[in-house]
Amino acid sequence: MTNTEKNQLQRTACKIRMGIIEATHGAKAGHPGGSLSAADMFTYLYFKEMNVDPSNPKWEDRDRFVLSKGHTAPGLYAALANRGFFPVEDLPTLRHIDSYLQGHPNMNTVPGVDMSTGSLGQGISVAAGMALGLKHQGKTARVYTLLGDGEIQEGQVWEACMLAVHYKLDNFVVIVDNNGLQIDGAVDKVMSPYPIVDKLTAFGFHAEHIDGHNFDQIEAAMEKAKTVKGKPAAIVMKTVKGKNVSFMENNAGWHGKAPNDVEYEQAMNELKTILARLEG
Amino acid sequence: MAEVKKIATRDSYGKALASLGAAKDNLVVLDADLAGATKTATFQKVFPQRHFDCGIAEANMICVAAGLSTTGLVPFASSFAMFAAGRAFEQIRNSIGYPHLNVKIGATHGGISVGEDGASHQCCEDFALMRSIPDMIVMSPADDVEARAMVNAAYEHVGPVYMRFGRAAVPVIHKEGFDFQIGKGEVLRDGTDVVIIANGLMVYEAMVAAEELAKDGISAMVINMATIKPLDDDLVLAAAKKCGKVITCEEHSVIGGLGEAVCAVLSEMLPTPVKRIGVNDEFGHSGPAATLLKQFGLSAEHIIEVAKSF
Repeated sequence: MTNTEKNQLQRTACKIRMGIIEATHGAKAGHPGGSLSAADMFTYLYFKEMNVDPSNPKWEDRDRFVLSKGHTAPGLYAALANRGFFPVEDLPTLRHIDSYLQGHPNMNTVPGVDMSTGSLGQGISVAAGMALGLKHQGKTARVYTLLGDGEIQEGQVWEACMLAVHYKLDNFVVIVDNNGLQIDGAVDKVMSPYPIVDKLTAFGFHAEHIDGHNFDQIEAAMEKAKTVKGKPAAIVMKTVKGKNVSFMENNAGWHGKAPNDVEYEQAMNELKTILARLEG
Repeated sequence: MAEVKKIATRDSYGKALASLGAAKDNLVVLDADLAGATKTATFQKVFPQRHFDCGIAEANMICVAAGLSTTGLVPFASSFAMFAAGRAFEQIRNSIGYPHLNVKIGATHGGISVGEDGASHQCCEDFALMRSIPDMIVMSPADDVEARAMVNAAYEHVGPVYMRFGRAAVPVIHKEGFDFQIGKGEVLRDGTDVVIIANGLMVYEAMVAAEELAKDGISAMVINMATIKPLDDDLVLAAAKKCGKVITCEEHSVIGGLGEAVCAVLSEMLPTPVKRIGVNDEFGHSGPAATLLKQFGLSAEHIIEVAKSF
């Protein structure tokens, strides 16, 4: 991609990170850490990769995205809002009583959400079903799903992987956000899911490691995935939990905690500085 | 009663899928390595491209069905009741029920008439589990004709449906062309002294019991309540008002099934004495289906006993 395009994606990612902070601060709850780690991927999917139409969210030939790690709804919502599916100003109503922005993604209330998720391990199965259904009907749309590295401790994830390979779902991309931390601590201390790429490869995926904060690497992996035929693709991206908010980075404590007013100001100032630099 | 033809409702399920599949291109079927037993193999033989075996992975199968439904297909996901409603309960709740997706669950081998496989496979909790999910339709047919009509009705209904079919052959009591409606009970026999509300294979037992009771001067109404949820409240209330005594019969735990659904309506709207016949908070065990049904009181004889002492 060109430097201009990359810069544009980086700016958008920064705005999505601001949206995550706005949403979780407004909610006084939610999951900023894993939303921030996946913000660059959300950006790439909704601003470069996926064929979607904000004015027609249920368009039947659209590409689909299933947020299997549903607790990072603030990241998905911020991406959808910035993409024009609903007003960015609504983000702080996250988790509020009667808000359409439910704590975990709800496909029936939030425009652009393709599947209701939240219970870990289920989203990837649903996404595989979508890919199977689209392929069965001869459609060319693609299906993407994002999982946490802790989430893949769920056995159902591997049932879904078996099925995706068995039915040769080459319209299916599984992305694992390897930020290394889950609620109880480091994933390899809690219950090691490693080696992730080797496991996916053994299941029959085309699988590769990338840096999840590097748009060139994201693009290369996504383009490679499109050339893989007869099997699904997996992208295991190394990321920093809480990316770009200094006090949240690599801190499991920010998995499911909202910033207070002081922390909110600091986080927004840090992100505004980054945005100014990108715009400079 | 005269001798009647017997067919297992799981056979009816397979036949109905194959027949409906011919007319509906968007009907797809999923199974979890039990196609021979659930009889989805009957569909698979005719439409192999629309039958997806998911292997022994029921949780995944249920969510894959959810995904398929979002692309405009109408999936019928099948396994034994124990593994569909039981093992995959949370997947049904969160990935089908909560998003209100158009998935049909065809669960076979419900109840203790599974027989020799024993308690691990004899699911007597599925009505309870499925009833607890908002907007879930929960049904169990009495015979072959009703089972096939039910599959068609489930296809036409937009939203989640759970259907329970049986392993053992049961008498056919309906005539071809029977008009099945989701949520409507069926008065099979009128009566004034007691109403027997049954579903599944207990409907035939209730009919036999009513005939015997009539000989002893007890006039029993018989209702086939194939839809457990939404329950036909109006029919329950009208029958209770007319008869004053209610007996519920189901091949399910007395906890959480048809009996408790009927009790819930009556206790709030028209308090009426009720006796529940079902599996009494215990596990089954191995044995021939017919013997087990008698042993667990799921028989015309037991209904007669209960009615006479009521």
